[in-house]
Amino acid sequence: MSELKLPSIDYAALAPTLILLGAALVGVLVEAFVPRRLRHVVQLAVALLAVLGALTMVVLNANDRLVTIGGAIAIDGPALFLQGAILVLAAMALLLIGERTVERGGAFVAQAAVTAESADDRRQAEGAPGLTEVYPLISFAVSGMLIFVAANDLLTMFIALEVLSLPLYLLCALARRRRLLSQEAAMKYFLLGAYASAFFLFGVALVYGFTAGTPDRAAGVDFATIHAAVAESSSSSVLLFGGMALIAIGLLFKAGAAPFHVWTPDVYQGAPTPITGFMAACTKVAAFGALLRVFHVAFEGARWDFTPVLGVVAVLTMLVGAVLAVTQTDIKRLLAYSSIANAGYLLVGVLAPTSEGVSGTMFYLVAYGFSVLAAFAVVTLVRDADGEATHLSRWAGLGQRSPFYAGLFTFVLLAFAGIPATSGFTSKFAVFSAAFDGGQGWLVIAGVLTSMVLAFPYLRVVVLMWLSEPGESTPAVVMPGWLTSAALTVGVVATLVLGVFPQPLLDLAAGAAEFVR
Amino acid sequence: MSDFPFLSVLTVAPLVGALVVAVLPRRRPELAKQVALGWSLLVLALSVVMWVTWQTGGDRFQFRESYPWIPNWGVNFTFAADGIALVMLMLIALLVPLVILASWHDAESSKRSVPVYFALLLVLECTMIGVFAAADVFLFYVFFEIMLVPMYFLIGSYGGHQRQYAAVKFFLYSLVGGLFMLAAVIGLWVVGGKTFDWAALSEVDISTGAERWLFLGFFIAFAIKAPFFPFHTWLPDAGGAAPAGAAALLVGVLDKVGTFGLLRYCLPLFPDAAKWFAPWALALGVIGIIYAALLAIGQNDLKRLVSYTSIAHFGFIGVGIFAFTSQAATGAVLYMVNHGLATGLLFLVVGMLVARRGSALISDFGGAGKLVPLLAGVLFFAGLASLALPGTAPFISEFLVLIGTFSVNKPVAVIATLGVILAAAYVLWMVQRTTQGTLNPALTEVEGMKRDLNLREKVVVAPLVALILLLGFYPKPVTDVINPAVQATMQDIGKTDPAPSAGTPQEASR
Repeated sequence: MSELKLPSIDYAALAPTLILLGAALVGVLVEAFVPRRLRHVVQLAVALLAVLGALTMVVLNANDRLVTIGGAIAIDGPALFLQGAILVLAAMALLLIGERTVERGGAFVAQAAVTAESADDRRQAEGAPGLTEVYPLISFAVSGMLIFVAANDLLTMFIALEVLSLPLYLLCALARRRRLLSQEAAMKYFLLGAYASAFFLFGVALVYGFTAGTPDRAAGVDFATIHAAVAESSSSSVLLFGGMALIAIGLLFKAGAAPFHVWTPDVYQGAPTPITGFMAACTKVAAFGALLRVFHVAFEGARWDFTPVLGVVAVLTMLVGAVLAVTQTDIKRLLAYSSIANAGYLLVGVLAPTSEGVSGTMFYLVAYGFSVLAAFAVVTLVRDADGEATHLSRWAGLGQRSPFYAGLFTFVLLAFAGIPATSGFTSKFAVFSAAFDGGQGWLVIAGVLTSMVLAFPYLRVVVLMWLSEPGESTPAVVMPGWLTSAALTVGVVATLVLGVFPQPLLDLAAGAAEFVR
Repeated sequence: MSDFPFLSVLTVAPLVGALVVAVLPRRRPELAKQVALGWSLLVLALSVVMWVTWQTGGDRFQFRESYPWIPNWGVNFTFAADGIALVMLMLIALLVPLVILASWHDAESSKRSVPVYFALLLVLECTMIGVFAAADVFLFYVFFEIMLVPMYFLIGSYGGHQRQYAAVKFFLYSLVGGLFMLAAVIGLWVVGGKTFDWAALSEVDISTGAERWLFLGFFIAFAIKAPFFPFHTWLPDAGGAAPAGAAALLVGVLDKVGTFGLLRYCLPLFPDAAKWFAPWALALGVIGIIYAALLAIGQNDLKRLVSYTSIAHFGFIGVGIFAFTSQAATGAVLYMVNHGLATGLLFLVVGMLVARRGSALISDFGGAGKLVPLLAGVLFFAGLASLALPGTAPFISEFLVLIGTFSVNKPVAVIATLGVILAAAYVLWMVQRTTQGTLNPALTEVEGMKRDLNLREKVVVAPLVALILLLGFYPKPVTDVINPAVQATMQDIGKTDPAPSAGTPQEASR
């Protein structure tokens, strides 16, 4: 038995994660020591500074290609690109989360433990300042996401999955209004998420068993070992396929792919809208980052075995998302189904067996994140005395009441529909062309066909906003505070710029498409 | 002078104009109209300069410009015009100012912003010019899709009865076609070696199976856009609901993108597949001619009637394109121009009539010629042009299509000729039921029917009437520009005209 040696740790490469974990701990202390009236400002500043600081570190690390902490973390092109994407989108989401002028006290409940629908609950909905524990929770979640996309073995990935998931379960339960719906969403998300985690963990165990079957190599769950074991493939493929399937289930659950999507509409609807935006943008990036790494690094050798199965999942996801989006009457549920369909398009990119597939998927993730955050930013603004008016009938004639915001929302919807001159078109082109080039033409056909279906619900909202007359119950758009305005502006401008001049980001993604092992 | 970047300036100019018009104060609609008109006249002037600069007998593609856009995908802003594109660009530049002038009061009847209406018209002009000027398949696709957005809002926000339904149907139909094309564009890009340049792609050899699939992707998009039977059902709804000016552009220009796309993309890029599919395309064309003409006869709504006549005319254009003779193809291109003039005029005149009466139903008219003789006269003229009376421009194109088709495919030509008779039926009945006969007493009580054409409306119809007559007697300026491009397209698909062989011994011995 050789002497136990400590693994070397590259602190600079880990700095983004460490900064956010530190900020989360500082946030907990702020809750304890800073007076209540200052907490919101201080917490928002700490979280934003941490995210920006982490982003700076990611940029400084941009040329790193290394594996550290004994092979637990890989800092390579995709990891850095996706970490940067998560941080930028998280900063935007934080702006939405910090907004307090649209609704008195912010979008979050003041005391989560008060019985829903009770008199106390109604009183606190009237403007008691919302919880500020939200910010440390977000910091924890983001730090988990940063590890998730950089994890180089399955156990690290599992821990990152838990670190990012647990705060999200809590955050879902903190909506200021419609408390029951919010609590129900959190409960559903937690229970199903716990199952998914269990599946993932069981998959890890099976894969460990698979690697143990190779004679002249130690068993392990790091990606290099798995890759080598798959290449030799001398042992039982039942363990490999079983493990791969269970791990995929865990990841596809987080990504919101059918048939593991059922939580998405309920959670998106029940969660506070800024958190919904955060999940739709950042969680998606993290989940697909992990999918890319697992299938392009660890299980690359089994590509011909998993591609048909995941292809069917992708087609099913696009189909379910598109078809069910047609029947929705609530804008948040509609966007939830749209995000399911988008998960399908992203899977098309994941399945393209080339570096173009990786870079296309990463481009799509960034473009979609910006658009979806802008969309949810507008959703927070359309409200009346009872909070957000999310039922679609309430949006009728919004174009005449508030042409500017209806115009922005229309633009984002056109982006979702993939009309050229928006990022929705360039990103679809990126993944579809990569898939076609990689011999997955059937996925492209399915993608195109479902896009046709999916265009209808978007168009229906556009029709409602512009071509219908405003009804009695059509609310006006509330003037956003500067935080929401900033997030909305960034989202819409990015949607336009990535649609018209995608070249810089495409270059960045293409330069960051190679994994290290 | 030919170094001047005509095509990119021509594309961008209306967009700039649209932005200017859109920010003008909503309370001063007159200013917005004047600026929009002035701007479109500037575009017209520029395009006239371009027409003069065009070297007849020069290169097939002229005014070529290319700027890098997305190098990762090999996408460039490449503009170039051949003769076919040039005449279409001229048609757009001519029609838009006339439409703006004709729509002077159209937007006021709706509650929507007047400047936005004119801004949308200019945005539409930008995208229409772009789609004809693009020589990069990606760029073409981008304009092809964006074109839907301004038209959607023109129909949906400013249209008449059932505008929402019509706008959504229009958008979805076109989008479905566009997405089929997107799949084909991506496929073409992969097979063609990751370039979108038209010139490079036309050199690529594609396997038979792939070529047919790609052809089909493009063809469906263009057949929906044109529209050919059985993809036509959106047009009567859209044409019926759109404001008259927008409808004139929709049918006069926008739909030509479909037939133009067939000539520019389907035939040269996939020549073998085009020949393989030609019988089917011819069949669709012929069915369209007869079926749409029969439906037109049965219409009681003037705008829907004109829309159906257009579907019949698109059948003729389709037949002309897929007959693969240079006569028929020249006829088809000429038809695209003439149909734009004649149907554009017909739509505008019908719009004037409908605006006066407040109804588009034929049964609400009757004997209108006694009240507004000049307007009725122009309607009659537009109708005659539309049924291709000799002496009007459409006659030449229809005749060319028919004789060009007859030399290679007699049954198709014969059936198509029946369409000419049906055309006479729907036009003459329509004219008779609206402007001839005994005066409908209800008409005399309508205030609007007491005013005949005013100066503005005369200015709108005069250039179109003059051009229809001029090109009816002397089409040479246009055919000179079209012919080389058509010849080149026929060479691309490797078809030569059959030698004139009637009565020769070879013919007898066959």
